[in-house]
Amino acid sequence: MLGNDITSPVAIKEFDQHGFMKVFDSQKIALVMDHFAPNKDIKAAKQCKTCRSFARRFDIAHYYDVGDMGIEHALLPEKGIVAAGECIIGADSHTCTYGALGAFSTGVGSSDMAAGMASGTCWFKVPSAIRFELINSLSEGVSGKDVILHIIGRIGVDGALYRSMEFGGSALSSLSMDDRFTIANMAIEAGAKNGIFEVDDITIGYMKERVTRPYQIYQPDPDAYEQIITIDLSQLRPTIAFPHLPENTKTIDEITEKITIDQVVIGSCTNGRLSDMKMAADILKGKHIAKDVRAIIIPATQSIYKECIKRGYIDTFIDAGCIVSTPTCGPCLGGYMGILAEGERCVATTNRNFVGRMGHVNSEVYLASPAIAAYSAIAGYISGK
Amino acid sequence: MKAHGTAHKYGDNVDTDVIIPARYLNTSDEKELAAHCMCDIDEDFIHKIKGGDILVAKDNFGCGSSREHAPIAIKACGISCVIAKSFARIFYRNAINIALPIMECEEAGERIADQDEITIDFDSGIITNLTKQETYQAQPFPEFMKHIMAQGGLLQSISKEDW
Repeated sequence: MLGNDITSPVAIKEFDQHGFMKVFDSQKIALVMDHFAPNKDIKAAKQCKTCRSFARRFDIAHYYDVGDMGIEHALLPEKGIVAAGECIIGADSHTCTYGALGAFSTGVGSSDMAAGMASGTCWFKVPSAIRFELINSLSEGVSGKDVILHIIGRIGVDGALYRSMEFGGSALSSLSMDDRFTIANMAIEAGAKNGIFEVDDITIGYMKERVTRPYQIYQPDPDAYEQIITIDLSQLRPTIAFPHLPENTKTIDEITEKITIDQVVIGSCTNGRLSDMKMAADILKGKHIAKDVRAIIIPATQSIYKECIKRGYIDTFIDAGCIVSTPTCGPCLGGYMGILAEGERCVATTNRNFVGRMGHVNSEVYLASPAIAAYSAIAGYISGK
Repeated sequence: MKAHGTAHKYGDNVDTDVIIPARYLNTSDEKELAAHCMCDIDEDFIHKIKGGDILVAKDNFGCGSSREHAPIAIKACGISCVIAKSFARIFYRNAINIALPIMECEEAGERIADQDEITIDFDSGIITNLTKQETYQAQPFPEFMKHIMAQGGLLQSISKEDW
């Protein structure tokens, strides 16, 4: 059971209003102050304060605030708080990320969070499932973000509405955990209830370093699917979602016009992990971003941030003219730390490009991988090299 | 239970960012949220609606974020029901959980036009378009959802003594 500084205050208000006096299990609730934290304004400060007092009142084990917090969907797997076979609900739509570990994990609202904290239960309709059979392996410069943008472009933003998106196939052994987190993370952008990967040695290796409690590996039933879609990873190209829906995709080769940009954001629960930072740093090393482009880079957790320092990525970013922020969701949802003015365009490694998502209603967000974002920052327009 | 009001019609994929933009999520106050309802898709929305009016849309209404602030804002500004061809799932459950009446109906979402006068019978699921003199049959809710709605929301429906 998970909540953040936007959704938890609503849940806490309901929890209190309805007179609940205890939580079902103080060890199984995580509260992460990541959306408008470090507090962007007085109201945001009040919301975090509400969460903090609640966490202290009920001795919530997994309360993460400025100093040890990270973006929730990068932080929880990294800390071993979520594992294969577990049932996780989160008052955040990208809770589907943990399906990468073979967990059933889905986003809910604040009422569900309040009821969940009190009772340890939640109501569900069992979804039907679509299997994505992944074959062959990704080409150089193509990553998990391109896989999920390709899929959303193919099936649409309601292509998996109310359904479970399940990922398996022979290509799995070539997909890193970071790629899988990115893919599962955006299942919600196709309308899915959850995105789930089959568990293999890579998943087990990831959990081995982090999860100390026993967990369970579930295998899919062969007759579980209403549809099977085969995706040949070797055929995928860098893919960009144009405004204002994640389904408006084009491959880099299909973009013929020069789309100039004002800002680049590399980070978020979708692409703020170490391999994303590496992808950006490898491209930005020794280069400088274009004049009049602002590039904001946000490692998703403190440990990713520290590793970036150790590996010299932060030097690379700053020398290239980028800024590096402490972990926060900030610009992804138009909270703070990179709001767009009217008419401005941003290439972002985030997950949504709805109208007004990152600022003014007449600003534009183009969703892409960290590689495309880094190349575009250097070029000053959307570029794949 | 019945509703009667004027329809305000929108298209496909009305997302939670346009229903209530994140810049207003630094509060959980219902009235403050209501004041900005739908502002990024229709600046005039809160000025043109009357209490009891009905929001109508096409496919995938409420897609995007899990913010319960979205159905809260819609309910708090006086909308009596949201009708859509389909709903995004988190919005759907959030609406049930806060007892904001919603109706999933392909035909109604397609046929109802802006400013049509609509009545809804929640028990039978029959939506009547008085302007066009048409009726549409919506999916009835399963019993447990009806129970949550009848109690006034999820929190009201779970027995405190149990926990």
